[in-house]
Amino acid sequence: MIFEVFRQDRRGAAFEHAGSVVAPDAEFAEAWTREQYGRRGESVALWLVPRDAVHVVDDWTDEFDLKYRRVDGYSIKARLKEARERAADRTR
Amino acid sequence: MSAVEVPRSEQAFLEYVQAGGQVEATDRLPDEYRAKLVKFIEMHGNSELMGVLPEREWILRAPTLQRKLALTAKVQDEVGHAQLIYRVVEDLGKPRERCLEDLVSGKAKFHNVFHYPTKTWGDVGVIAWLVDAAAIISQKALLKCSYAPYARIMKKICWEESFHILHGRDVILAMVTGTAEQFELVQEALGRWWGPLMQFHGNPIPREDDPMFQWRIKSQGNEEARQQFLEGYVPQIRELGLEVPDPKLRRRDDGTWEYSEPDWDELRTVVTGHGPRTADRLAFRARFLEQERWVRDLVLAA
Repeated sequence: MIFEVFRQDRRGAAFEHAGSVVAPDAEFAEAWTREQYGRRGESVALWLVPRDAVHVVDDWTDEFDLKYRRVDGYSIKARLKEARERAADRTR
Repeated sequence: MSAVEVPRSEQAFLEYVQAGGQVEATDRLPDEYRAKLVKFIEMHGNSELMGVLPEREWILRAPTLQRKLALTAKVQDEVGHAQLIYRVVEDLGKPRERCLEDLVSGKAKFHNVFHYPTKTWGDVGVIAWLVDAAAIISQKALLKCSYAPYARIMKKICWEESFHILHGRDVILAMVTGTAEQFELVQEALGRWWGPLMQFHGNPIPREDDPMFQWRIKSQGNEEARQQFLEGYVPQIRELGLEVPDPKLRRRDDGTWEYSEPDWDELRTVVTGHGPRTADRLAFRARFLEQERWVRDLVLAA
């Protein structure tokens, strides 16, 4: 079995993918991963996830044009310019 | 957010990695790229595994208990690196078992510096300090490798290598501050290792002509790496009163180092399996591979 290894640097930090190990079961994988990723106290926690259990999502189509949800969906430059000009006209 | 698509055509893929793009094991990779990755990464794994043998020879002869423990830890680190690296090769399609077969049969290569004898404790210090320093320069450049799974494991590897350099420098400092005989052991070892160290980063082909750079497996050229090594370490060597055995070695005003032409014939001879200790070390590795087969069979059969 292949186990993907995620490690946490310090409490509260995100778990980060660090590599993988081949082992017959989780117990063996744990012993090996403790040695490989923890022998200098560099990790406070490890996640061992069987590779088959990882459900990958990596296709991101934007069929409904959801750009109003994103920063790049708003182009305010031209409107801001116009608003400033009108403001200047009003005070004139 | 729409994802960055990894391009399907080989040309577009090249442009993608050359612009700094990275790919994952699950992406569609051009055959040529995959083949180059396997060759490069497998040689790195082999070098980690073979690289422990010159040092292993000194574990029983280490001068103090502390040195013995530190050297054992370094050997464990390097074998651990080989394990991580072979995993990356396996995910690219070549099983570890076949990598090991190709290594012991002499079909696959490993770095030139691991084909030489370790004559004295001075050699152990020079290896841990300067061979590891040369290696970390190559490895740091791999943190930007276009193949992301390899780049990721390189973080752990570089972190551990930085301990090794410190350990090596400490060994050297203990000897150069010791007796005249101890100082001489270091100077002699430096004399033996300087040639292989200057060959280590390979011939100075322009990086644009290096396929490993074209695919952005490496992110720097051979000569850039060697210059970085000279710039970083020659001053550190000289400040200890040690002499670098190259009369032509000189830093130009523009910061470029001049040096005697490394012996490229020696490099070719050594890496093609004809180094002074190549046969012994491969025989040693083959013997242990056979002796430990039952462990792999037991563990991987479950």
